[in-house]
Amino acid sequence: MGDLLKVTDDNFEQEIINSDIPALVDFWAEWCGPCKMVSPIVEELAKEYDGKVKVGEMNVDENRQTPVKYGIRAIPTLILFKNGNVAQTIVGAQPKSAIEEELKKLL
Amino acid sequence: MRDLIIVGAGPAGLTAGIYAARARLDVVLLEKMAPGGQVLLTDIVENYPGFPDGISGFELMDRMKKQAENLGLPIESREALSFRFDPDSKTATTDKGHEQARSIILACGANPRKLGIPGEELLIGKGVSYCATCDGPFYRDLEVAVIGGGDTAVEEALFLTKFATRVYLVHRRDQLRATKILQERVMANEKVQIIWDTIPLKILGDQAVEAIELKNVKSSEVLSLKVQGVFIFVGFEPNTQLLKGLVDLDELGFVRTNDTMETSVPGVFAAGDIRSKNLRQISTAVGEGAVAAFSAERYLDTLRG
Repeated sequence: MGDLLKVTDDNFEQEIINSDIPALVDFWAEWCGPCKMVSPIVEELAKEYDGKVKVGEMNVDENRQTPVKYGIRAIPTLILFKNGNVAQTIVGAQPKSAIEEELKKLL
Repeated sequence: MRDLIIVGAGPAGLTAGIYAARARLDVVLLEKMAPGGQVLLTDIVENYPGFPDGISGFELMDRMKKQAENLGLPIESREALSFRFDPDSKTATTDKGHEQARSIILACGANPRKLGIPGEELLIGKGVSYCATCDGPFYRDLEVAVIGGGDTAVEEALFLTKFATRVYLVHRRDQLRATKILQERVMANEKVQIIWDTIPLKILGDQAVEAIELKNVKSSEVLSLKVQGVFIFVGFEPNTQLLKGLVDLDELGFVRTNDTMETSVPGVFAAGDIRSKNLRQISTAVGEGAVAAFSAERYLDTLRG
């Protein structure tokens, strides 16, 4: 537990929409430099919020449907879900404190 | 108390760290995100010497980070929340406790400047972007506008031609500021149409960017351009919010230093994009990082007498 969940088009509904705890999904791609600034933060959050928030990442190259559904046109984008709905969207690389501030609002 | 705190892990901070580690200073580098800085926004770096075929921004910064770590520089993932500069100690208060040292190098960098026009803030991530390398691939077979006329704007306009069918480069003057080699490339690129003497007035769209309203500054004519993306590269805002009132800043908020990289406060140095200067490049940041570390070492020597 506490590991970063690999979110895909196939498991998105089950893992994120139907999650009984809030969820955070980091939309990223290999070619995006700033995504690599955010990835370690998201990994830390997965450990620190284990059991409280489900933290996952979705590769937008390998998964085309979900990013389109949520209108993602910039990465990194972090979307926070609560009860299957979008609670907050964070666009661009942000420091951990800014992401945590939004996470805490969901708890 | 440590010898030195370095704030920021872009090219300036990492170079300062390399020099400080080799000088065997008791040093720590604080970075609020992962190391790399604004270079990570760059696809291919072509003007940093030593890489004849260019190098990706990510790879270059990954190498600088590894080099610093191999030399023993501790890089900690901590965000500075406030600073205090006393004559005998410099304190950074972070999200993970205080850090104190006899000297400090501010290498906090800068961020892309916003235009401050209606629609911009609302449509960030929905068509408004400050990073072509991050967001370009979302604009495959679409039309986009790039705002600006400097190196970054022209480089990014050229990068976007890999994806977009048409790139409008909107510039407020009748000639580009960008380096000549970039001007030549952009003029020769059929996908790029330069719109001269023109400023953006507002970005239109509700859920996503639909158009941008422009004004020709010579004729005052207003026109609307249908685009799905607006990429903005109009300079930088220094990350000096926490430094106001602590060190001398220029009228744009960049940190003033002398040629030893020392700020108005003894023992407080600055390097890289955060500094008040004419040219913001990886190569200049690296040079300033080295000078700042050397100057910090000299300062520490004078304290010891």
